[in-house]
Amino acid sequence: MTEIGLRHLLSTEGLRREQAEALLDTAASMEQALTGRAVRKLPTLRGRTVVTLFYENSTRTRVSFEVAGKWMSADTINVSASGSSVGKGESLRDTASTLAAAGADAIVVRHPASGAPHRIASWLDRVGHSHTDGHVAVVNAGDGTHEHPTQALLDAATLRRRLGPDLAGRRVAIVGDVLHSRVARSNAHLLATLGAEVTLVAPPTLLPAGVEAWPVTVTHDLDGHLATGPDAVMMLRVQAERMHGGFFPSAREYAVRFGLSARRADTLPDHAVVLHPGPAVRGMEIASAVADSDRAAISEQVTAGVHVRMAVLYHLLAGEDVA
Amino acid sequence: MPTRRRGGPVPNGASNAEGERELLSPADLARTVARIAHEILEKTAESGAPVVLLGLPTRGIHLAHRLAERITAIDPTVGSVRTGTVDPTLYRDDLRRQPTRPLADTDIPAGGIDDVIVVLVDDVLMSGRTVRAALDALRDHGRPRAVQLAVLVDRGHRELPIRADYVGKNVPTNWAEDVVVSLVESDGVDGVAIR
Repeated sequence: MTEIGLRHLLSTEGLRREQAEALLDTAASMEQALTGRAVRKLPTLRGRTVVTLFYENSTRTRVSFEVAGKWMSADTINVSASGSSVGKGESLRDTASTLAAAGADAIVVRHPASGAPHRIASWLDRVGHSHTDGHVAVVNAGDGTHEHPTQALLDAATLRRRLGPDLAGRRVAIVGDVLHSRVARSNAHLLATLGAEVTLVAPPTLLPAGVEAWPVTVTHDLDGHLATGPDAVMMLRVQAERMHGGFFPSAREYAVRFGLSARRADTLPDHAVVLHPGPAVRGMEIASAVADSDRAAISEQVTAGVHVRMAVLYHLLAGEDVA
Repeated sequence: MPTRRRGGPVPNGASNAEGERELLSPADLARTVARIAHEILEKTAESGAPVVLLGLPTRGIHLAHRLAERITAIDPTVGSVRTGTVDPTLYRDDLRRQPTRPLADTDIPAGGIDDVIVVLVDDVLMSGRTVRAALDALRDHGRPRAVQLAVLVDRGHRELPIRADYVGKNVPTNWAEDVVVSLVESDGVDGVAIR
């Protein structure tokens, strides 16, 4: 057992508060350990192999995992669906087994199907791998519209940097396309676990079925909610690539009702933080002036992403193997 | 490695019910810190290079602060001595042999460690592996003119060719014994005991 008992990181739903806080504390220590140094390289994961297996496009998540692994001296290998045997029709299970047999200690998976990382983790746990020295850890780097746990952790890390280490009682609004957003789901669960009060702000057509069971409150009125003075506002990207059909009348109407304009941002309390998981569609869900303002923590989120992923790899790979 | 545990020390030389024996009383500990401060001043004065005291978590950090205060008290002309902390965890060679360790703070003082005399400060020196990891960590932060080591207790059982420059007390121990260092800052009371 690792000290926080983490074998894989598949979702933030079900993550215990002490586990989440241990990951966030470790991320803060990673930042501290690397600040102001000539050499940004730690020997911690020397000899460990991290494979990123991406079936969807990504810039920041993939780069962030790769940098995190390299800064801790792990060997990182990138496999993308195009250019691999996936194109020849290899199944997900066979691809995962191949990577494990080739010596991966951790597989970081992004996949368009919700639940794919869970499946890989349960296959690998069942088979066991004599080629590696045992356990292969699986990290979910985004699966369909289900979860993106490291994104939620980096958002929480950013909020802790801006608002202080205890997020209990902090009020966070998550605004926009919740229906297609794995980021929203992961954030709702993680922030609630950390004691924050989460409000989803979205048109009824962009809320998922079953949202009543989430640990959140829901509203359709952005201006009304901003008037209550939230501590943070997280804008979600409108995921046009996952939309087949009319979820709102027009982009213009969406921007007017649910976009974070400069005028709206000005109504926020001075300390309030604006987050966006990126890539942002400027002029749609967030105005350029807001995205570039001091209030916005968008590039801080990217930096925090590296530290959070270092923390995740540290907890999954640095200690003795989980029995 | 069970080198220390909580619990207040017992009266000098006596053993309590748990078989704990006092090695340093609060007054002994204060005198020992004062002596090490004198020795650091004496040994580093001739080089003329500034001294930075870097504590190893957790009690080494408190000891580094105490030493810095004593040094300034003894010789006000040195001004305030810079202190910081270095967490060697990410550089340990035994990470894979035990459950994941939590990380502690690393805080290299402003100005860095290039061309200064770094004195690493820890409470107990045993295998030397923590110090080895700290030396590796320092290498990534800069190139000090020299690195020295100050410990409150040297209990033997070295596994690496590492030796302290300043030793509060040499204590022959066997493997099964615990050396318990308590400091007011973390434990509410000063003292060193063995059990």
